[in-house]
Amino acid sequence: MKPTSETELAEMIRAADGPLCIQGAGTRDLSCDGDVLDATGLSGVTLYDPGALTLVAGAGTTLTEVENLLAKEGQRLAFEPRRLNALLGSAGETTLGGIVATNSAGPARIGLGNCADHLLGVRFVNGRGEIVKNGGRVMKNVTGYDLVKLMAGSHGTLGVLTEVSLKVLPKPETEATLAINAGGLKGLSAMTTALASPYEVTGASLLDGKVYLRIEGFTDSVDYRCRKLKTIVGAIADVALLEAEASCGLWKDVCNIKPLQHCEYVWKMNMKPTAIFSGFLAAASQVFKFETMLDYSGGQCWIGMTSDQAMFAAAEVSGVTPQDGAVGFHQSMQEAVSDETVNEGGGGDVQFIKAPESIWPLVSRFQPQSSALARIQSGLRAQFDPRGILNAGLMG
Amino acid sequence: MQMPQPDARVLARKDRIIARLRSALPNCPVISDPRELHAYECDALTAYRCPPMCVVLPGSTEEVSAALRICHEEQAPVVPRGAGTSLAGGALPTADSVIIGVARLNRFLETDYTNRFIRVQTGVTNLSVTGQVQEDGFFYAPDPSSQLACAIAGNIAMNSGGAHCLKYGVTTNNLLGVTMVMMDGEVVEIGGEYPDAGGGLNLLGLICGSEGQLGIVTEATLRILHAPEGARPVMIGFDSNEVAGECVSDIIRAGILPVAIEFMDRPCIRACEAFAKAGYPDVEALLIVEVEGSEDEINHQLSLIKDIAMKHNPAEFRESTSSEESAAIWLGRKSAFGAMGQINDYMCLDGTIPVSELPYVLRRIGEMSKDYGLDVANVFHAGDGNMHPLILFDANKPGDLELCEEFGADILKLCVEVGGCLTGEHGVGVEKRDLMDHQYAPVDIEAQLRVKDVFDPAWLLNSAKVFPLAHTENRRKGALPPSAS
Ligand SMILES: Cc1cc2nc3c(=O)[nH]c(=O)nc-3n(C[C@H](O)[C@H](O)[C@H](O)COP(=O)(O)OP(=O)(O)OC[C@H]3O[C@@H](n4cnc5c(N)ncnc54)[C@H](O)[C@@H]3O)c2cc1C
Repeated sequence: MKPTSETELAEMIRAADGPLCIQGAGTRDLSCDGDVLDATGLSGVTLYDPGALTLVAGAGTTLTEVENLLAKEGQRLAFEPRRLNALLGSAGETTLGGIVATNSAGPARIGLGNCADHLLGVRFVNGRGEIVKNGGRVMKNVTGYDLVKLMAGSHGTLGVLTEVSLKVLPKPETEATLAINAGGLKGLSAMTTALASPYEVTGASLLDGKVYLRIEGFTDSVDYRCRKLKTIVGAIADVALLEAEASCGLWKDVCNIKPLQHCEYVWKMNMKPTAIFSGFLAAASQVFKFETMLDYSGGQCWIGMTSDQAMFAAAEVSGVTPQDGAVGFHQSMQEAVSDETVNEGGGGDVQFIKAPESIWPLVSRFQPQSSALARIQSGLRAQFDPRGILNAGLMG
Repeated sequence: MQMPQPDARVLARKDRIIARLRSALPNCPVISDPRELHAYECDALTAYRCPPMCVVLPGSTEEVSAALRICHEEQAPVVPRGAGTSLAGGALPTADSVIIGVARLNRFLETDYTNRFIRVQTGVTNLSVTGQVQEDGFFYAPDPSSQLACAIAGNIAMNSGGAHCLKYGVTTNNLLGVTMVMMDGEVVEIGGEYPDAGGGLNLLGLICGSEGQLGIVTEATLRILHAPEGARPVMIGFDSNEVAGECVSDIIRAGILPVAIEFMDRPCIRACEAFAKAGYPDVEALLIVEVEGSEDEINHQLSLIKDIAMKHNPAEFRESTSSEESAAIWLGRKSAFGAMGQINDYMCLDGTIPVSELPYVLRRIGEMSKDYGLDVANVFHAGDGNMHPLILFDANKPGDLELCEEFGADILKLCVEVGGCLTGEHGVGVEKRDLMDHQYAPVDIEAQLRVKDVFDPAWLLNSAKVFPLAHTENRRKGALPPSAS
């Protein structure tokens, strides 16, 4: 099914007599049952007002089309959505709908926020087949409940997005990155120090034993802030400077999780930075073998396992195949992040991002919710989609 | 504006309800003396008043929970209250309601500079949060003009903004987690101590801005940021609103992102000047643009802004060279409300429009002002299109308030017509409640009502607000639509 208009989509949903699996470009494998509903037909930019920093487009519009259009005016999407095709080995072009449905946000999350922070309005068709709008195309709007925020990150379980409005931002004149030779807790301290400075770091990542700090803005200002930052973090370890081009390439890789591309199994974990380092990594690395890339100044940990590493994990969880190892590791992470001695009382969540398809029936990909929150969430789903037909298997 | 008739059955249980609250909460003020209740009969929208049945001021989440459980059992409507500075009547009680106020929930619970958050009880004032961390170089970004008085509780309920939100976002962009008590007394933890916490549906984003209708928020975890090295404003005067509007748009397109771009029109400039004597020029439109960074960075950005402004032939360009001059530039703007209050009673509107529609909207407001015979002054967060037209009226003159309300409604309808919305940061409350049909179709409103059905199926929590009463009547009378059960 591939509707080309909102009304057609509404009719299809009303007429559906079984589950629907909603797909943007199919860059993520969704592991849900039912007929595929291809949402890429609802595409095209309907309004772009550079002076007001706003863009309105069909949910099926590709990220590339939007980025090209914005680039012509020297603007960009501020939240740096991730393209996961390379990581997941999938074809297809990331769409705006997919970005909103997953509330995607790359390294710029720490400074500029996530997709929800820049989402001004949505139109969607709920599971009842009703066309609903919320928000609009202006930057400040508190008129009624903020269903815009709720739709961001709802993974297609509340409705099929048809149109989204986004706040865009000017593209900075240039960027540069400091590479600091510090891993582990030393690395965390370098990132923390940088973020507790006035120099507006827009990316703080740790990869292969090095911390990377990105600075963006006007040329002189970037120079100045790099110099200043270097003197502070220089006290922690050696610092090298990556100029604009190298910096840009590096952050593209970080954004798209390229460093873990070779891994068979990939997870995304969110927790307080200190809890990720002291609570999770310190303990897990005693038992398991895995690779990591830390983003959000240490608050988001991407974890990858090759088959060999998963096989190693299998022995730890009394399994026999790499898949057993990955499933066991997944479960142990889900337990760990909800354990207050690990998360330091600040909560945590882990999501299974990549694995061979056969694994999905065996795990819950999303973090299980407390019973009170689970009740509220299933209550909301029942209101938006009483028949439970939209991406039925997803999100618990 | 109408409020629903108080429920006679609840009023009949008044003594029992108060007695139950007192006995369950021995250490907690339960106010029922009519003289003391006066203090709670309105918020900053003083045109509407009604004393509640009683006021409870709990000192802990557990006490909030106990109070709500009793109200739930007694089917008594509840109105949450922070500091009572809402301009939308969000905290306005009904005669059959119990106010649950968070004024005594005023403790700071945890400050964590490594993970950059602060956890507070929600009765603390907005400004005191920054006060708590500024010695260490940090600040809490959302800065409503009422920040000395308003509570974090109300900020979360209204998703409040401020002059600096062009760069730092509004409350929702700076909120990491909350502890909330639902109407039936159940305590839930939403979000956490890091961004996008939890991994389920984005309930935190839904709670923020829900105007006290989904639960009572007792604790909040807020993002704190390191303060910039410095900040400095310029003041630019223009002979026409159109040109001022173009200048704003050109600044934004040039890739400069000021922390604030404030706009004042001539009536506002004159009133502020008469009141504050800040030395403002007598021009048609005045912009105050503030940028941040080191001295060099500030100079660079201001020179770019100056180049752009000069292309538009400003009548005045005044750059601050000292903190005294900066203060003088902001003085008039910051006293706008006080200045209006000196002239007359006023009503402060809060619509948002696409920035490009500014000249047209200001012209139309000017025309309407003549038609209605009421003066209006405009202050405006120009960077994000959030307008605050201040309509002057005389509360002692019969009919003037109603005329003013009608005028206000017409302005807000105009905001919606040009692609904007009814409220940018003050919330709907009772003030804009009956205009919601202009912005949303019935199905859009129904989608929102169904959210409240999940959190508060009995429709007891602040239920006479936000949505036109006709849409909520059945639910408020205890008959959920069949689809919801
Ligand atoms: C002079 C002046 C200037 C202002 N400037 C600005 C401005 O620049 N920007 C801006 O955004 N606003 C501004 N406001 C409006 C107002 O200050 C904000 O809406 C503020 O957030 C209200 O906070 P409060 O604590 O006073 O809330 P209250 O007025 O007590 O309540 C506001 C709403 O929150 C609900 N509520 C209160 N506590 C809770 C709780 N614990 N849980 C759930 N719901 C709760 C209430 O039921 C009500 O609906 C201004 C007001 C004044 C008087």
